[in-house]
Amino acid sequence: MIALLVAVGAAVGAPARYLVDRAVQTRRTAHGPSALPVGTLTVNVIASFVLGLLAGLGTHVDSDVSALIGTGFCGALSTYSTFGFETMRLGGDGRARLAVGYVVASLVLGLGAAALAWWLGAALA
Amino acid sequence: MAAGDRCGDRPGSHIEAHVVDPDVDLTDPAQRAETRPREWDILVAIAIGGLAGAEARYGLGLALPHRAGTFPWSTVLINATGCLLIGVLMVVLLELITPHRLARPFLGVGVLGGYTTYSTFAVDVVTLLHAHRIGTALGYLVTTLLLGAAAVWLGTVATRLVAGGRSRAAA
Repeated sequence: MIALLVAVGAAVGAPARYLVDRAVQTRRTAHGPSALPVGTLTVNVIASFVLGLLAGLGTHVDSDVSALIGTGFCGALSTYSTFGFETMRLGGDGRARLAVGYVVASLVLGLGAAALAWWLGAALA
Repeated sequence: MAAGDRCGDRPGSHIEAHVVDPDVDLTDPAQRAETRPREWDILVAIAIGGLAGAEARYGLGLALPHRAGTFPWSTVLINATGCLLIGVLMVVLLELITPHRLARPFLGVGVLGGYTTYSTFAVDVVTLLHAHRIGTALGYLVTTLLLGAAAVWLGTVATRLVAGGRSRAAA
């Protein structure tokens, strides 16, 4: 049952990442090509916020909801492999400062979103 | 960071050289074409791949459980192996073969994107900080970043080495 919920959440989360990434890039390329991978940054921050909220709510969250939204949806919406590849690609292209900036932005915004959501969840619980 | 991770100077790879985002990069004309109709099959491929990747992550998490407040080894392992595999995959797709149009969406966006997770990494760090395990949180953060970067580099370099001169441009 849990495995099925993970599957359903992931089957929605993975295409959602692709669509959000694409939508963000479409907006950005209208103002000239984007150097920073803002699409991936956006999905990772959103997923970190949602998962942080579930963690903050703690035992108030049903284990089925946790599997569906947490493990399935958030896990598939966010990606570490794409983040890692983009960072190394920027670094390898001689854009080391941009690569470092991307890592710092991902850490600050991702951890910040997770911490803020955690605090919010704990306050609501 | 990755001195060997350069594609821009390879003949025939002038389009792919601009690709930074392996999920979808609209600076690549071929990927811009994906935004036209008939994209439903791409979304289905991503969903099936994402589902498979997430199940692998879920299974590994069950096989390697960690108690609250301890080092989340399973997430480190998942993200590091996912980074190794995307390094391999992107060299194969961009430099070695002319891939099927669903190959990148299924394997890169779907399987590897569903397998690896940034949200669990972020929440793991916050959880450890919340439990006042500052050292473990920092160790986990640094280990994940360094292993991830090293794994992408290794996957890229090793695949080019194994492939030798058999690049798509040379063929």
